[in-house]
Amino acid sequence: MLTCKEFLNELNGYLDQTVDKELRENLERHVTECPNCFVIVDTTKKTLQVYKGLEPQVIPPEVHNRLMVALHKKMAAEAARKRSG
Amino acid sequence: MPPPSQTEVFDEADLVERAKNGETEAFTELVNRYERKIYRLAKHITQNDEDAEDVLQEAFLKAYSHLADFQGQSKFYTWIVRIAVNESLMKLRKRKSDRTVSMDENIDTGEETVVREIAVWEENPEHQYSQEELRRILEHAVDSLKPAFRTVFLLRDVEELSTEETAEAMNISVPAVKSRLLRARLQLREKLTRQFRRKGDDVFAYL
Ligand SMILES: [Zn+2]
Repeated sequence: MLTCKEFLNELNGYLDQTVDKELRENLERHVTECPNCFVIVDTTKKTLQVYKGLEPQVIPPEVHNRLMVALHKKMAAEAARKRSG
Repeated sequence: MPPPSQTEVFDEADLVERAKNGETEAFTELVNRYERKIYRLAKHITQNDEDAEDVLQEAFLKAYSHLADFQGQSKFYTWIVRIAVNESLMKLRKRKSDRTVSMDENIDTGEETVVREIAVWEENPEHQYSQEELRRILEHAVDSLKPAFRTVFLLRDVEELSTEETAEAMNISVPAVKSRLLRARLQLREKLTRQFRRKGDDVFAYL
């Protein structure tokens, strides 16, 4: 049986399903037998879930506007540079 | 009112191709598509509104000037993220010269992966808070991580870059990305557990 420390070191591989079959079976066995690691797996999964559900906030309109102004200036400058050769 | 932009149906590669051919609207569409994500990323890394806005502008202006160099083997989005991460880290280093900003590999040795809080969460804790409260809780937790950890977490788990893309964007090794991601996830889990633990399990509370 894996120790909790060994289990934790493989936690990402377990969550992201990037571990091979044999290791995966060992990890699964540990989770069913160890209540602490079961809770850690569950709450880490939920942690990732809540973050993935977080939409980026709307960008402040003045920040967007200043970006557009800077971009248009840049586009005009590049176009002038190309025209002049 | 103008009709909704037709460009939305084009995929990223089309837009990049058209932008390369001098269609400024295509590039503007790329900016509109990603500005919110880039701004969020810059804000979390720099933790400063002014710096984040500078990063946002510099990233897109640089991308525009260097569009011809963009090969299209990677996605445009990954490329712009990479530029933004670089700019953000430079800003951060300028503001703080302390060790916490270090992106080098030394940060990955020492400091055990400690788990202190083990408690079951409320069912769907995200439903117990308003969107605003939830956002504040989640952002506060991320912002309290060290820059090297929060940047890896943001790129892998929020922006959903691959391990390799994250390594490339931060200019660190793949093993470094992996070990930082593990610690970032565990630290966040720990912080959120303090917030989201099931009430009534307080016998385990130690604070
Ligand atoms: Zn265990």
